[in-house]
Amino acid sequence: MSVFYFVAFLSIFFALMTIFAKSPVHSVLYLVITFFTFTVHYILLNAQFLAIVNFIVYMGAIMVLFLFVLMLLNLNKDTEPLKSNLVKVMGVIAGLCLLVTLAGSFRVLEVTGPDAVGNTEIGLVGNLGKVLFSEFLLPFEISSILLLTAMVGAVLLAKNDPKNA
Amino acid sequence: METIVQEIQGVPLNHYILFCSLIFTIGVIGVLIRRNVIIIMMSIELMLNSVNLLLTAFSAHSGDASGQVFVFFIMALAAAEVAVGLAIIVMVYRNTRSVDINALNRLRG
Repeated sequence: MSVFYFVAFLSIFFALMTIFAKSPVHSVLYLVITFFTFTVHYILLNAQFLAIVNFIVYMGAIMVLFLFVLMLLNLNKDTEPLKSNLVKVMGVIAGLCLLVTLAGSFRVLEVTGPDAVGNTEIGLVGNLGKVLFSEFLLPFEISSILLLTAMVGAVLLAKNDPKNA
Repeated sequence: METIVQEIQGVPLNHYILFCSLIFTIGVIGVLIRRNVIIIMMSIELMLNSVNLLLTAFSAHSGDASGQVFVFFIMALAAAEVAVGLAIIVMVYRNTRSVDINALNRLRG
């Protein structure tokens, strides 16, 4: 039980470091650690399939993409655009207002059922595969079209226009 | 495996809700206070991840596998979003030589 609170503390700490780090490269590295703690959360929830997918897709693919673009654009602390302190304080206050509103609305929320989570077998690969390929077969196929569209779009956007080159 | 399951038993669902809303709020604050477009996209990833974790917690809590399948779709969507978004950022950088979000206000016309 205490493992959850320790990992949750680490997640919050590294998420804060992500948005407050001065250098963009440091931000990406802190975000990788944040996603690793999320993987630990998935393991604690016994969602093994999502833990592996989170590890491979988020920490592997997406973060490498971010880091690759940062290196490609050659960004560092000197090129970082800065907002005025007033805007920063206002942003933090607005975010905390959102948190207070959410927490206040949770007070009236009555969660029923047993407290224990993670004592289920539904997160295993076999169970999820059965659900995915029976109940959610059509959305699964449509998501492949979405990924194809994104791939074509990304290549089209990033390609050099021969007229301008 | 048994010890891990033993460890997690007894964490109330309320604590998951609070933790995920905290991470979501950190993502919102990141969008508000940074001007670097790449870091704004990273904050959006943070928000998507907090929602993913909360969906998984609800799914494990109620014993319904649909929530975890939905998280899988959100991950596919996030990958597509990052690919297209970063391509747009590279395009913008090529034209304006900066990743400042204010460089995009010329979209206002």
